[in-house]
Amino acid sequence: MAGKTGRILLSLAALAVIGAAGMFYITLPSPLPPEHWAGQGEPDIANGERVFWAGGCVSCHAAPGSEGNARLILAGGLALKSPFGTFNVPNVSPDETAGIGGWTLAEFGNAMTRGVGKKGEHLYPSFPYNSYARMTPKDINDLFGFIKTLPKSGNVAPPHDLPFPFNQRIALGGWKLLFFGDGPRAPLSATGDQVKRGQYLVEGPGHCGECHTPRNALGGFEADAWLAGAPNPEGEGRIPNITPGSKSMGAWSEADIVNYLETGFTPEFDSVGGSMVEVQANMAKLPAEDRAAIAAYLKAIPAR
Amino acid sequence: MKFKVIVTAALAVALGVGTAFATGTKEEREAIMKKVGGGMGQLAAIAKGEKPYDADAVKTALTAISENARLFPDQFPAGSENASPASSPKIWENMDDFKARAEKLAGDADALLAQLPADQAGVGAAMKTIGANCGACHQNYRIKTD
Repeated sequence: MAGKTGRILLSLAALAVIGAAGMFYITLPSPLPPEHWAGQGEPDIANGERVFWAGGCVSCHAAPGSEGNARLILAGGLALKSPFGTFNVPNVSPDETAGIGGWTLAEFGNAMTRGVGKKGEHLYPSFPYNSYARMTPKDINDLFGFIKTLPKSGNVAPPHDLPFPFNQRIALGGWKLLFFGDGPRAPLSATGDQVKRGQYLVEGPGHCGECHTPRNALGGFEADAWLAGAPNPEGEGRIPNITPGSKSMGAWSEADIVNYLETGFTPEFDSVGGSMVEVQANMAKLPAEDRAAIAAYLKAIPAR
Repeated sequence: MKFKVIVTAALAVALGVGTAFATGTKEEREAIMKKVGGGMGQLAAIAKGEKPYDADAVKTALTAISENARLFPDQFPAGSENASPASSPKIWENMDDFKARAEKLAGDADALLAQLPADQAGVGAAMKTIGANCGACHQNYRIKTD
Protein backbone atom coordinates (compact mmCIF):
# COMPACT_ATOMS: atom_id res chain seq x y z
CA MET A 1 0.00 0.00 0.00
CA ALA A 2 2.74 2.35 1.04
CA GLY A 3 4.57 1.28 -2.07
CA LYS A 4 1.60 2.13 -4.26
CA THR A 5 1.19 5.60 -2.70
CA GLY A 6 4.88 6.14 -3.16
CA ARG A 7 4.67 5.18 -6.82
CA ILE A 8 1.72 7.54 -7.37
CA LEU A 9 3.54 10.38 -5.64
CA LEU A 10 6.63 9.65 -7.67
CA SER A 11 4.62 9.67 -10.88
CA LEU A 12 2.96 12.95 -9.93
CA ALA A 13 6.32 14.47 -9.08
CA ALA A 14 7.72 13.28 -12.39
CA LEU A 15 4.74 14.78 -14.21
CA ALA A 16 5.22 18.06 -12.38
CA VAL A 17 8.88 18.13 -13.37
CA ILE A 18 8.03 17.33 -16.98
CA GLY A 19 5.29 19.98 -16.92
CA ALA A 20 7.60 22.58 -15.43
CA ALA A 21 10.32 21.69 -17.92
CA GLY A 22 7.77 21.92 -20.72
CA MET A 23 6.55 25.30 -19.50
CA PHE A 24 10.13 26.45 -19.13
CA TYR A 25 10.89 25.31 -22.65
CA ILE A 26 7.87 26.83 -24.37
CA THR A 27 8.32 30.13 -22.54
CA LEU A 28 11.99 30.55 -23.48
CA PRO A 29 12.81 33.65 -25.54
CA SER A 30 12.38 32.68 -29.20
CA PRO A 31 14.26 34.85 -31.67
CA LEU A 32 13.59 34.34 -35.36
CA PRO A 33 16.05 32.15 -37.30
CA PRO A 34 19.03 34.01 -38.81
CA GLU A 35 17.66 33.42 -42.37
CA HIS A 36 14.74 35.73 -41.54
CA TRP A 37 17.12 38.69 -41.27
CA ALA A 38 19.57 37.64 -43.99
CA GLY A 39 19.91 39.16 -47.47
CA GLN A 40 18.24 42.50 -46.68
CA GLY A 41 21.04 44.43 -48.32
CA GLU A 42 21.58 48.18 -48.05
CA PRO A 43 18.79 49.91 -46.12
CA ASP A 44 16.53 52.45 -47.83
CA ILE A 45 17.11 55.37 -45.46
CA ALA A 46 14.14 57.42 -46.73
CA ASN A 47 11.76 54.54 -46.07
CA GLY A 48 13.52 54.03 -42.72
CA GLU A 49 12.62 57.59 -41.75
CA ARG A 50 9.00 57.00 -42.78
CA VAL A 51 8.90 53.89 -40.56
CA PHE A 52 10.60 55.88 -37.79
CA TRP A 53 7.79 58.47 -37.69
CA ALA A 54 5.08 55.84 -38.07
CA GLY A 55 6.60 54.01 -35.09
CA GLY A 56 6.78 57.11 -32.91
CA CYS A 57 10.23 56.15 -31.56
CA VAL A 58 10.99 59.69 -30.33
CA SER A 59 7.88 59.86 -28.15
CA CYS A 60 9.50 57.49 -25.66
CA HIS A 61 13.19 57.36 -26.56
CA ALA A 62 14.03 61.09 -26.86
CA ALA A 63 15.44 62.61 -23.67
CA PRO A 64 12.53 63.92 -21.55
CA GLY A 65 11.86 67.60 -22.18
CA SER A 66 14.04 67.85 -25.28
CA GLU A 67 12.70 69.89 -28.19
CA GLY A 68 13.28 70.38 -31.89
CA ASN A 69 16.18 68.50 -33.46
CA ALA A 70 17.34 67.36 -29.99
CA ARG A 71 14.43 64.90 -30.10
CA LEU A 72 16.35 62.92 -32.70
CA ILE A 73 18.89 61.99 -30.01
CA LEU A 74 17.38 58.73 -28.76
CA ALA A 75 19.09 59.00 -25.37
CA GLY A 76 16.31 57.40 -23.34
CA GLY A 77 15.72 58.21 -19.68
CA LEU A 78 11.97 58.78 -19.71
CA ALA A 79 10.27 57.10 -16.73
CA LEU A 80 7.08 55.34 -17.86
CA LYS A 81 4.79 54.77 -14.91
CA SER A 82 2.47 51.77 -15.09
CA PRO A 83 0.38 49.62 -12.76
CA PHE A 84 3.27 47.12 -12.77
CA GLY A 85 6.01 49.58 -11.76
CA THR A 86 8.20 52.15 -13.51
CA PHE A 87 9.87 51.36 -16.81
CA ASN A 88 12.94 53.46 -17.59
CA VAL A 89 13.23 53.88 -21.34
CA PRO A 90 16.67 52.79 -22.64
CA ASN A 91 19.12 54.59 -24.92
CA VAL A 92 18.61 53.37 -28.51
CA SER A 93 20.90 55.93 -30.15
CA PRO A 94 23.63 54.49 -32.39
CA ASP A 95 26.27 54.83 -29.63
CA GLU A 96 28.31 51.60 -29.66
CA THR A 97 28.30 51.08 -25.90
CA ALA A 98 25.43 53.09 -24.38
CA GLY A 99 23.05 52.58 -27.32
CA ILE A 100 22.44 50.02 -30.06
CA GLY A 101 25.28 50.97 -32.44
CA GLY A 102 26.98 47.64 -31.78
CA TRP A 103 23.90 45.54 -32.48
CA THR A 104 23.42 43.36 -35.55
CA LEU A 105 20.29 43.61 -37.70
CA ALA A 106 19.14 40.25 -36.29
CA GLU A 107 19.55 41.50 -32.72
CA PHE A 108 17.66 44.71 -33.50
CA GLY A 109 14.98 42.80 -35.42
CA ASN A 110 14.46 40.23 -32.68
CA ALA A 111 14.08 43.00 -30.11
CA MET A 112 11.56 44.79 -32.33
CA THR A 113 9.47 41.83 -33.45
CA ARG A 114 10.06 39.10 -30.84
CA GLY A 115 10.73 41.06 -27.64
CA VAL A 116 14.14 39.42 -27.24
CA GLY A 117 17.09 41.56 -26.06
CA LYS A 118 20.73 41.44 -27.15
CA LYS A 119 21.60 38.97 -24.38
CA GLY A 120 18.73 36.70 -25.39
CA GLU A 121 16.52 37.91 -22.52
CA HIS A 122 12.78 38.61 -22.63
CA LEU A 123 11.96 42.32 -22.99
CA TYR A 124 9.05 43.93 -21.19
CA PRO A 125 6.01 44.66 -23.37
CA SER A 126 6.13 48.33 -22.33
CA PHE A 127 8.29 48.26 -25.47
CA PRO A 128 5.49 47.57 -27.96
CA TYR A 129 6.96 44.53 -29.71
CA ASN A 130 3.54 42.93 -29.50
CA SER A 131 2.61 45.45 -32.23
CA TYR A 132 5.99 45.69 -34.00
CA ALA A 133 5.81 41.88 -34.48
CA ARG A 134 3.84 42.65 -37.66
CA MET A 135 6.63 44.66 -39.26
CA THR A 136 8.36 43.35 -42.39
CA PRO A 137 12.10 42.54 -42.27
CA LYS A 138 12.57 45.23 -44.94
CA ASP A 139 11.00 47.95 -42.79
CA ILE A 140 13.09 46.76 -39.81
CA ASN A 141 16.27 46.90 -41.90
CA ASP A 142 15.42 50.36 -43.25
CA LEU A 143 14.51 51.66 -39.78
CA PHE A 144 17.77 50.33 -38.33
CA GLY A 145 19.62 52.04 -41.16
CA PHE A 146 17.88 55.35 -40.44
CA ILE A 147 18.49 55.16 -36.67
CA LYS A 148 22.21 54.68 -37.40
CA THR A 149 22.23 58.10 -39.14
CA LEU A 150 21.03 59.84 -35.92
CA PRO A 151 23.33 61.41 -33.29
CA LYS A 152 24.90 59.22 -30.59
CA SER A 153 24.31 59.65 -26.88
CA GLY A 154 26.37 58.23 -24.01
CA ASN A 155 23.43 58.39 -21.59
CA VAL A 156 22.78 55.24 -19.56
CA ALA A 157 19.21 55.00 -18.28
CA PRO A 158 18.63 53.36 -14.88
CA PRO A 159 17.21 49.80 -14.86
CA HIS A 160 13.44 49.32 -14.62
CA ASP A 161 12.02 49.83 -11.14
CA LEU A 162 9.55 46.98 -10.74
CA PRO A 163 8.33 45.14 -7.62
CA PHE A 164 8.25 41.33 -7.34
CA PRO A 165 6.92 39.39 -9.25
CA PHE A 166 7.11 41.80 -12.20
CA ASN A 167 10.89 42.03 -11.87
CA GLN A 168 11.19 38.35 -12.90
CA ARG A 169 11.90 38.43 -16.63
CA ILE A 170 11.36 34.68 -16.91
CA ALA A 171 7.66 35.27 -16.20
CA LEU A 172 7.44 37.31 -19.41
CA GLY A 173 7.61 34.01 -21.29
CA GLY A 174 4.24 33.18 -19.79
CA TRP A 175 2.93 36.62 -20.73
CA LYS A 176 4.03 36.08 -24.30
CA LEU A 177 2.47 32.62 -24.34
CA LEU A 178 -0.85 34.16 -23.34
CA PHE A 179 -0.82 37.42 -25.30
CA PHE A 180 1.94 37.65 -27.89
CA GLY A 181 1.06 37.22 -31.54
CA ASP A 182 1.33 38.78 -34.97
CA GLY A 183 -2.12 37.96 -36.34
CA PRO A 184 -4.84 40.45 -37.35
CA ARG A 185 -6.42 42.27 -34.39
CA ALA A 186 -9.96 42.51 -35.70
CA PRO A 187 -12.09 41.50 -38.67
CA LEU A 188 -12.30 44.19 -41.35
CA SER A 189 -15.43 45.24 -43.24
CA ALA A 190 -13.40 46.26 -46.29
CA THR A 191 -10.54 44.84 -48.32
CA GLY A 192 -8.08 46.38 -50.72
CA ASP A 193 -4.56 47.70 -50.59
CA GLN A 194 -5.40 50.96 -48.80
CA VAL A 195 -7.16 49.28 -45.87
CA LYS A 196 -4.36 46.69 -45.68
CA ARG A 197 -1.75 49.45 -45.56
CA GLY A 198 -3.77 51.10 -42.78
CA GLN A 199 -3.97 47.79 -40.92
CA TYR A 200 -0.19 47.41 -41.17
CA LEU A 201 0.42 50.96 -39.91
CA VAL A 202 -2.12 50.89 -37.06
CA GLU A 203 -1.59 47.31 -35.82
CA GLY A 204 2.15 47.27 -36.55
CA PRO A 205 4.55 50.22 -36.35
CA GLY A 206 1.93 52.76 -35.25
CA HIS A 207 1.10 50.56 -32.21
CA CYS A 208 -2.15 52.52 -31.70
CA GLY A 209 -3.76 49.67 -29.77
CA GLU A 210 -1.17 49.85 -27.01
CA CYS A 211 -3.01 52.86 -25.56
CA HIS A 212 -6.41 52.77 -27.29
CA THR A 213 -7.31 49.15 -26.39
CA PRO A 214 -8.32 48.20 -22.82
CA ARG A 215 -6.22 45.59 -20.99
CA ASN A 216 -7.00 42.83 -18.52
CA ALA A 217 -5.36 42.45 -15.08
CA LEU A 218 -2.32 40.75 -16.61
CA GLY A 219 -1.76 43.48 -19.18
CA GLY A 220 -3.11 41.60 -22.21
CA PHE A 221 -5.62 43.18 -24.58
CA GLU A 222 -9.26 42.51 -23.72
CA ALA A 223 -11.08 40.42 -26.30
CA ASP A 224 -13.50 42.14 -28.72
CA ALA A 225 -12.48 45.61 -27.61
CA TRP A 226 -9.87 46.52 -30.23
CA LEU A 227 -9.30 50.32 -30.12
CA ALA A 228 -12.40 50.69 -27.95
CA GLY A 229 -10.77 53.16 -25.55
CA ALA A 230 -9.10 52.60 -22.19
CA PRO A 231 -8.07 54.34 -18.98
CA ASN A 232 -5.07 56.59 -19.46
CA PRO A 233 -2.03 54.53 -18.35
CA GLU A 234 -0.35 57.77 -17.24
CA GLY A 235 -3.13 58.49 -14.77
CA GLU A 236 -5.94 60.94 -15.40
CA GLY A 237 -8.68 60.74 -17.97
CA ARG A 238 -9.30 58.24 -20.74
CA ILE A 239 -7.71 57.33 -24.05
CA PRO A 240 -10.67 57.60 -26.44
CA ASN A 241 -12.49 54.95 -28.39
CA ILE A 242 -11.43 55.35 -32.04
CA THR A 243 -13.70 52.71 -33.61
CA PRO A 244 -16.71 53.67 -35.76
CA GLY A 245 -18.79 53.33 -32.55
CA SER A 246 -16.91 56.13 -30.77
CA LYS A 247 -19.05 58.84 -29.18
CA SER A 248 -16.39 61.46 -29.84
CA MET A 249 -15.28 60.58 -33.38
CA GLY A 250 -17.43 57.76 -34.73
CA ALA A 251 -19.32 60.29 -36.85
CA TRP A 252 -16.18 61.76 -38.41
CA SER A 253 -15.63 61.18 -42.12
CA GLU A 254 -12.41 59.67 -43.40
CA ALA A 255 -11.42 63.19 -44.50
CA ASP A 256 -11.98 64.42 -40.92
CA ILE A 257 -9.66 61.72 -39.57
CA VAL A 258 -7.03 62.53 -42.19
CA ASN A 259 -7.28 66.24 -41.33
CA TYR A 260 -6.96 65.50 -37.60
CA LEU A 261 -3.82 63.42 -38.14
CA GLU A 262 -2.35 66.13 -40.36
CA THR A 263 -3.29 69.31 -38.44
CA GLY A 264 -4.29 68.21 -34.93
CA PHE A 265 -7.74 69.75 -35.26
CA THR A 266 -11.09 68.01 -34.86
CA PRO A 267 -13.95 69.01 -37.21
CA GLU A 268 -15.19 71.33 -34.41
CA PHE A 269 -11.73 72.92 -34.14
CA ASP A 270 -11.06 71.42 -30.80
CA SER A 271 -7.43 70.38 -30.77
CA VAL A 272 -5.40 67.31 -29.96
CA GLY A 273 -4.27 66.98 -26.32
CA GLY A 274 -2.23 64.89 -23.90
CA SER A 275 0.15 62.27 -25.25
CA MET A 276 -1.67 62.36 -28.63
CA VAL A 277 -0.06 65.76 -29.32
CA GLU A 278 3.24 64.06 -29.95
CA VAL A 279 1.67 61.15 -31.83
CA GLN A 280 -0.13 63.58 -34.15
CA ALA A 281 3.11 65.49 -34.76
CA ASN A 282 4.66 62.16 -35.84
CA MET A 283 1.66 61.28 -38.05
CA ALA A 284 1.92 64.70 -39.72
CA LYS A 285 5.38 63.68 -40.98
CA LEU A 286 4.03 60.67 -42.90
CA PRO A 287 3.11 60.84 -46.58
CA ALA A 288 -0.54 61.82 -47.11
CA GLU A 289 -1.34 58.35 -48.48
CA ASP A 290 -0.41 56.79 -45.12
CA ARG A 291 -2.79 59.06 -43.19
CA ALA A 292 -5.53 58.21 -45.70
CA ALA A 293 -4.79 54.49 -45.20
CA ILE A 294 -5.06 54.83 -41.41
CA ALA A 295 -8.42 56.60 -41.80
CA ALA A 296 -9.72 53.92 -44.17
CA TYR A 297 -8.70 51.21 -41.71
CA LEU A 298 -10.33 52.96 -38.72
CA LYS A 299 -13.60 52.99 -40.69
CA ALA A 300 -13.29 49.26 -41.47
CA ILE A 301 -12.85 47.90 -37.93
CA PRO A 302 -15.84 46.74 -35.82
CA ALA A 303 -17.74 49.50 -33.98
CA ARG A 304 -17.37 49.20 -30.20
CA MET B 1 -20.92 116.94 -6.19
CA LYS B 2 -17.77 115.45 -4.69
CA PHE B 3 -19.90 112.77 -3.06
CA LYS B 4 -21.41 111.88 -6.43
CA VAL B 5 -17.98 111.48 -7.97
CA ILE B 6 -16.86 109.22 -5.14
CA VAL B 7 -19.96 107.06 -5.39
CA THR B 8 -19.62 106.82 -9.16
CA ALA B 9 -15.96 105.87 -8.85
CA ALA B 10 -16.74 103.29 -6.17
CA LEU B 11 -19.52 101.82 -8.31
CA ALA B 12 -17.26 101.69 -11.32
CA VAL B 13 -14.58 99.88 -9.32
CA ALA B 14 -17.15 97.48 -7.87
CA LEU B 15 -18.62 96.73 -11.29
CA GLY B 16 -15.18 96.42 -12.81
CA VAL B 17 -14.12 93.93 -10.19
CA GLY B 18 -17.42 92.14 -10.58
CA THR B 19 -16.98 91.53 -14.29
CA ALA B 20 -13.30 90.64 -13.99
CA PHE B 21 -13.95 88.16 -11.23
CA ALA B 22 -14.51 84.77 -12.78
CA THR B 23 -15.88 81.82 -10.89
CA GLY B 24 -14.07 79.26 -13.02
CA THR B 25 -16.82 76.90 -14.07
CA LYS B 26 -16.55 74.16 -16.66
CA GLU B 27 -19.12 75.98 -18.83
CA GLU B 28 -17.20 79.27 -18.81
CA ARG B 29 -13.96 77.53 -19.75
CA GLU B 30 -15.62 75.63 -22.58
CA ALA B 31 -17.44 78.70 -23.89
CA ILE B 32 -14.17 80.64 -24.15
CA MET B 33 -12.31 77.77 -25.79
CA LYS B 34 -15.18 77.33 -28.28
CA LYS B 35 -14.73 80.98 -29.29
CA VAL B 36 -11.02 80.38 -29.88
CA GLY B 37 -11.93 77.25 -31.86
CA GLY B 38 -14.54 79.25 -33.77
CA GLY B 39 -11.84 81.72 -34.80
CA MET B 40 -9.67 78.85 -35.98
CA GLY B 41 -12.60 77.46 -37.95
CA GLN B 42 -13.08 80.77 -39.78
CA LEU B 43 -9.38 80.90 -40.65
CA ALA B 44 -9.42 77.26 -41.77
CA ALA B 45 -12.34 77.83 -44.13
CA ILE B 46 -10.30 80.50 -45.89
CA ALA B 47 -7.03 78.55 -45.76
CA LYS B 48 -8.74 75.54 -47.37
CA GLY B 49 -10.44 77.68 -50.00
CA GLU B 50 -13.95 76.85 -48.78
CA LYS B 51 -14.53 80.60 -48.38
CA PRO B 52 -12.94 83.45 -50.31
CA TYR B 53 -10.27 85.56 -48.62
CA ASP B 54 -11.91 88.35 -46.64
CA ALA B 55 -9.74 90.72 -44.60
CA ASP B 56 -12.57 91.59 -42.22
CA ALA B 57 -13.31 87.95 -41.48
CA VAL B 58 -9.61 87.31 -40.79
CA LYS B 59 -9.51 90.33 -38.47
CA THR B 60 -12.63 89.17 -36.61
CA ALA B 61 -11.25 85.66 -36.19
CA LEU B 62 -7.84 86.79 -34.94
CA THR B 63 -9.45 89.30 -32.57
CA ALA B 64 -11.69 86.59 -31.11
CA ILE B 65 -8.65 84.34 -30.58
CA SER B 66 -6.60 87.12 -28.96
CA GLU B 67 -9.35 88.39 -26.64
CA ASN B 68 -10.51 84.98 -25.51
CA ALA B 69 -6.97 83.68 -25.01
CA ARG B 70 -6.39 86.58 -22.58
CA LEU B 71 -9.65 85.83 -20.74
CA PHE B 72 -8.91 82.14 -20.41
CA PRO B 73 -6.45 81.93 -17.46
CA ASP B 74 -8.89 83.94 -15.30
CA GLN B 75 -11.23 80.96 -15.42
CA PHE B 76 -8.89 78.96 -13.19
CA PRO B 77 -8.94 80.77 -9.81
CA ALA B 78 -7.74 78.99 -6.67
CA GLY B 79 -10.53 76.77 -5.40
CA SER B 80 -11.79 75.80 -8.86
CA GLU B 81 -9.44 72.81 -9.19
CA ASN B 82 -12.31 70.32 -9.39
CA ALA B 83 -14.66 72.30 -11.60
CA SER B 84 -13.92 70.25 -14.73
CA PRO B 85 -12.45 66.77 -15.25
CA ALA B 86 -10.79 68.10 -18.43
CA SER B 87 -8.64 70.59 -16.49
CA SER B 88 -5.39 69.02 -15.29
CA PRO B 89 -4.17 69.72 -11.72
CA LYS B 90 -0.91 70.69 -13.44
CA ILE B 91 -2.55 74.03 -14.34
CA TRP B 92 -2.50 75.13 -10.70
CA GLU B 93 0.93 73.60 -10.11
CA ASN B 94 2.36 75.60 -13.04
CA MET B 95 0.08 78.65 -13.10
CA ASP B 96 2.83 80.99 -14.37
CA ASP B 97 3.57 78.72 -17.31
CA PHE B 98 -0.14 78.26 -18.00
CA LYS B 99 -0.68 82.03 -18.07
CA ALA B 100 2.42 82.56 -20.20
CA ARG B 101 1.11 80.07 -22.78
CA ALA B 102 -2.26 81.85 -22.99
CA GLU B 103 -0.43 85.18 -23.33
CA LYS B 104 1.76 83.74 -26.10
CA LEU B 105 -1.33 82.63 -28.03
CA ALA B 106 -2.86 86.11 -27.61
CA GLY B 107 0.46 87.71 -28.61
CA ASP B 108 0.76 85.56 -31.74
CA ALA B 109 -2.76 86.61 -32.75
CA ASP B 110 -1.94 90.28 -32.03
CA ALA B 111 1.19 90.10 -34.19
CA LEU B 112 -0.89 88.72 -37.05
CA LEU B 113 -3.48 91.47 -36.55
CA ALA B 114 -0.70 94.06 -36.79
CA GLN B 115 0.46 92.49 -40.05
CA LEU B 116 -2.70 90.97 -41.42
CA PRO B 117 -2.31 87.88 -43.64
CA ALA B 118 -3.04 89.18 -47.12
CA ASP B 119 -4.23 86.09 -48.99
CA GLN B 120 -5.27 82.45 -48.71
CA ALA B 121 -1.67 81.20 -48.32
CA GLY B 122 -0.99 83.82 -45.66
CA VAL B 123 -4.01 82.65 -43.68
CA GLY B 124 -2.73 79.06 -43.96
CA ALA B 125 0.63 80.11 -42.51
CA ALA B 126 -1.13 82.09 -39.78
CA MET B 127 -3.11 78.97 -38.81
CA LYS B 128 0.11 77.04 -38.34
CA THR B 129 1.54 79.78 -36.10
CA ILE B 130 -1.62 79.97 -34.01
CA GLY B 131 -2.27 76.22 -34.07
CA ALA B 132 1.12 75.34 -32.59
CA ASN B 133 -0.07 76.96 -29.35
CA CYS B 134 -3.10 74.67 -29.05
CA GLY B 135 -1.26 71.37 -28.85
CA ALA B 136 1.63 72.81 -26.84
CA CYS B 137 -0.73 73.80 -24.04
CA HIS B 138 -3.19 70.90 -24.29
CA GLN B 139 -0.35 68.39 -24.09
CA ASN B 140 0.23 69.25 -20.44
CA TYR B 141 -2.95 70.83 -19.22
CA ARG B 142 -5.99 69.31 -20.89
CA ILE B 143 -7.22 65.84 -19.89
CA LYS B 144 -9.12 63.72 -22.37
CA THR B 145 -12.27 62.47 -20.72
CA ASP B 146 -13.93 60.14 -23.21
